Amino acid sequence: MFELLGISPQALFGQLLLGLINGAFYALLSLGLAVIFGMLNIVNFAHGALYMMGAFCAWFLLQYGVGYWPALILAPIIIGLFGVIIERTMLNKLAGLDHLYGLLLTFGVALIVQGVFQNYFGSSGLPYAIPDLLKGGQNLGFMYLPNYRAWVIVFSLIICVATWFLIEKTKLGAYLRAATENPTLVRAFGVNVPLMITLTYGFGVALAALAGVLAAPINQVRPLMGADFIIVVFAVVVIGGMGSIMGSIVTGFTLGLIEGLTKVFYPEASNTVVFVIMAIVLMIKPAGLFGRNV
Amino acid sequence: MAAVAISNVPAKDAPRHEMIAFAIMAAILLVAPLVVYPFFLMQALCFALFACAFNLLLGYVGLLSFGHAMFLGSAGYFSAHIAKVWGWPPELAIITAVIGAGAIGLLVGALAIRRQGIYFAMITLALSQMIYFFCLQAPFTHGEDGIQAVPQGKMFGVFNLSNQMTLYFTVLAIFLLAFLLIRRIINSPFGEILKSIRENEPRAISLGYKVDHYKLAAFVMSAALVGLAGAVKAIVAQNASLTDVHWTMSGEVVLMTLVGGMGTIFGPVVGAFIIIAMQNYLAQFGQWVLVIQGVIFVICVMAFRRGIIGEIAHRFRLSL
Repeated sequence: MFELLGISPQALFGQLLLGLINGAFYALLSLGLAVIFGMLNIVNFAHGALYMMGAFCAWFLLQYGVGYWPALILAPIIIGLFGVIIERTMLNKLAGLDHLYGLLLTFGVALIVQGVFQNYFGSSGLPYAIPDLLKGGQNLGFMYLPNYRAWVIVFSLIICVATWFLIEKTKLGAYLRAATENPTLVRAFGVNVPLMITLTYGFGVALAALAGVLAAPINQVRPLMGADFIIVVFAVVVIGGMGSIMGSIVTGFTLGLIEGLTKVFYPEASNTVVFVIMAIVLMIKPAGLFGRNV
Repeated sequence: MAAVAISNVPAKDAPRHEMIAFAIMAAILLVAPLVVYPFFLMQALCFALFACAFNLLLGYVGLLSFGHAMFLGSAGYFSAHIAKVWGWPPELAIITAVIGAGAIGLLVGALAIRRQGIYFAMITLALSQMIYFFCLQAPFTHGEDGIQAVPQGKMFGVFNLSNQMTLYFTVLAIFLLAFLLIRRIINSPFGEILKSIRENEPRAISLGYKVDHYKLAAFVMSAALVGLAGAVKAIVAQNASLTDVHWTMSGEVVLMTLVGGMGTIFGPVVGAFIIIAMQNYLAQFGQWVLVIQGVIFVICVMAFRRGIIGEIAHRFRLSL
């Protein structure tokens, strides 16, 4: 079959693996966007910059001798706190105004963050070594599977499912969903909704930072690593619709895979395939594959 | 869109002081090349037209497009390619580029208006990124190099555009005519319906207006006018490059409109001149320009949502 298509199985599975990894990042980032959108009703344009900050945070920690495993926990907490500060000092002042102001504000924040990092680190990438425990790989017969890449896919899946469980199946998640539907009523029941909004933003940001740490050993750590990436994530969000958590996860991984396949069969289109799919979905089902009508 | 800080002061003699303001603007621009470097002025005029056309959509229909760079950049490529490779005169190159940008606007708009609010912003951004990758890979755009050494030629076979002053006054004439056209659109019955969509879309629908048709028409007009700015800019700068298609350009036009005052006729012009001047004088500081732009974004959104002209209009109860 492979001879028929003129493609070696190594190339095919290699690209599929890369696609799955990108899909994992799409899923983590669009999940964060969906959670933030649900509570705050804003699109977080700073999401790509915060993803980049997560990677840089891991890199900084390494300079001070803090390795990958602690960074996997520390970086999301640090960047999440940065997100909490943004929400407390700026975003919550915009409550009640049109959504577009939140979008413009976070876009400004993204420009500031990316500009500052570009000034100090230029545009070139900084290397981040794969942790010792995950070096090497497995020979599966039909392909070579690097351990680190397998870890990224499995770990992202676990985080995605855990987030889904947290929001859909726990009491805290029930409060969150209720506050999304009707914040005033939930406040009347004695729930501290403003605090919940702040923590939700922090949580979404922490997810982006976590994706950044996971990406650090694969993609180089660059100030603009999130700038173009986030636009693809926006397309993923439009395709999936922000209504459902599971929808974001499934769409993220699927589109990563499709992108990987495109790289094998028609590499010229690999940059644009997600956008083309977005256009088709808009024609057929404008609300998105898993979305409610907005 | 009810919460957007657009000054809606009904003024009794609105047309009169608008015409006075227009006369002042035209007078300043007529004598400006004696004092300021004409090339800078022409660049700023192109961006001012870009911002005015963008504002037609954001300020008067309430649609935030985050991908307007695709019209600026692709029209630039059209006019540069037509003028250089086909050897057409500048007026035909510009007109063809405007039609081309309008056609792209029709396709993009038809997709984007299927969703509202922030989704609209994300869709336009994603589609403009698609156009960016297309321009990066297509052979006729020459990728990273862009189209360089575009001939300026003779406008209508008479005006020699390689003379800088002739070029300046041609650009100024195009800008002023386009500005009056935009003002005419805004003040027409069509423009009133657009404003009603901005204020309350469900009500406009319930009154029997086919809102989607109006939105699409406004989107195409905005795209074509942005195309005009891009086509002229390519003739002025004698090149077309990837910078004009990149999403940072889409962000810049939002910033210009925000600084000047969205939903005001003169605001985008003022905003464009301020931002372009800032970029010119701060060019030596490299990436700090981006940081400063980000800070201006944050300040405008937090404390200065009406913008400069919007603030003046509000203070003196004028419609500008």
